[in-house]
Amino acid sequence: MIETSMTWSDLMFMLNGAGKTLLITFWAVAGGTTLGIVFGLIRATGSLWISIPLGFILDILRSVPLLIQFILANSFQAIAGLNATPFVVGCTVLGLYTSAYCTEIVRGGVLAVPQTTRRAARSLGLSYTQDLTNIVFPLATRAMLPSWIGLTLGVMKDSALVLWIGIIELLRSSQIIITRIQEPLFVLSVAGLIYFLISFPISRIGAHLERKWREDD
Amino acid sequence: MIEVENVQKKFGLLEVLKGVSLTVEKGEVVSIIGGSGSGKSTLLMCINGLESIQGGRVLVDGIDVHAKDTNLNKLRQRIGIVFQQWNAFPHLTVLENTMLAPRKVLGKPKEEAKAVAIAQLEHVGLVDKLDVYPSKLSGGQQQRMAIARALAMSPKYMLFDEVTSALDPQLVSEVLDTMRLLADEGMTMICVTHEMGFARDVSDRVAFFHEGVVEEIGPPSQIFGKRSKSPETKKFLANVR
Repeated sequence: MIETSMTWSDLMFMLNGAGKTLLITFWAVAGGTTLGIVFGLIRATGSLWISIPLGFILDILRSVPLLIQFILANSFQAIAGLNATPFVVGCTVLGLYTSAYCTEIVRGGVLAVPQTTRRAARSLGLSYTQDLTNIVFPLATRAMLPSWIGLTLGVMKDSALVLWIGIIELLRSSQIIITRIQEPLFVLSVAGLIYFLISFPISRIGAHLERKWREDD
Repeated sequence: MIEVENVQKKFGLLEVLKGVSLTVEKGEVVSIIGGSGSGKSTLLMCINGLESIQGGRVLVDGIDVHAKDTNLNKLRQRIGIVFQQWNAFPHLTVLENTMLAPRKVLGKPKEEAKAVAIAQLEHVGLVDKLDVYPSKLSGGQQQRMAIARALAMSPKYMLFDEVTSALDPQLVSEVLDTMRLLADEGMTMICVTHEMGFARDVSDRVAFFHEGVVEEIGPPSQIFGKRSKSPETKKFLANVR
């Protein structure tokens, strides 16, 4: 067997960090997706006067490296005296970052629903909102799911960057243990395995849904 | 009654309808024939407010379709429309497709909406396909489902927009038979069609559209017979025959 001085409590410490990773990912994806749906609808159907400035702001969020966004946001909130915890800053920045990508996914998904199908819905007397909830969202979801799963997994891994604003998530907890027991390869393998164990079910669920929906259509 | 009064419709600079007037009485079947680009389909879209108009007005039961304070969602409950591309909702089964509007728009309880949907699907001969997804249906079956879906709202008027144009030839007759059935039952219908046989046999009146105006309108015997006064009508009919 592999000999290691890593203890069970070290593993628990890492799992604790993994919990943080999951929690940050959850809030970032939940918030980012909600915002992304709203922004995506505006981008797909709203007036150009809102759509173009919004697109510009989201472009900035997508182009500036996430690490810089974390550090800048954390510093500015301190200067502004908001006293937000690093956890809140982390979730907010990552959530906005997620929303920028999600917006484009939603926009693409909504535009992928044929105009003629939406017309048919409206011709039956469905209101704009009923058309969205009963026709556009279910159909767009099918088109969006693969990219959205990809985004979620990406955000989960990107969440490691919050270690720079002082949050001890999975990667940071691994580094702490490496510093102490000096076994980087082993510890990082364990960390990698934990990341994989989190990702795998998500991508399986995605694949399952995709297959199920394809059978319907 | 549907009254179309001097309707003008432009897409940008392109003037598609150049002052169209047409009245359809209750129980009447009016077919609209004419070349592509003559504005036939556009007129149907204007009748149920799916397209705006730039001049004139459309009255359905005396309600101005394009007036600002008209509740279009409510008005459209009286007007069923079936499109060339059948536009099934691919994520819903045949039954769910047909139940959706009665349930959401009319607010019927589930069982009642289901009963209405099943009755209409029986009407068009699809009662054995209730739980099938549209992708598993032929074009003709999908088109009949679209008719049942529109009928499930108990509309007073049915508009048909070239409903057989996208179908394989052997599937055309099953859809036309369904439309004949409706006409026999006294449904008020406006049918944009390229099926001259259908227009001649089923319509009370036939309107020939040419370059955005009603070139000629009258009973089939007039339009298809020797009494047609318009040289354009004669030219068109000579070409499609």
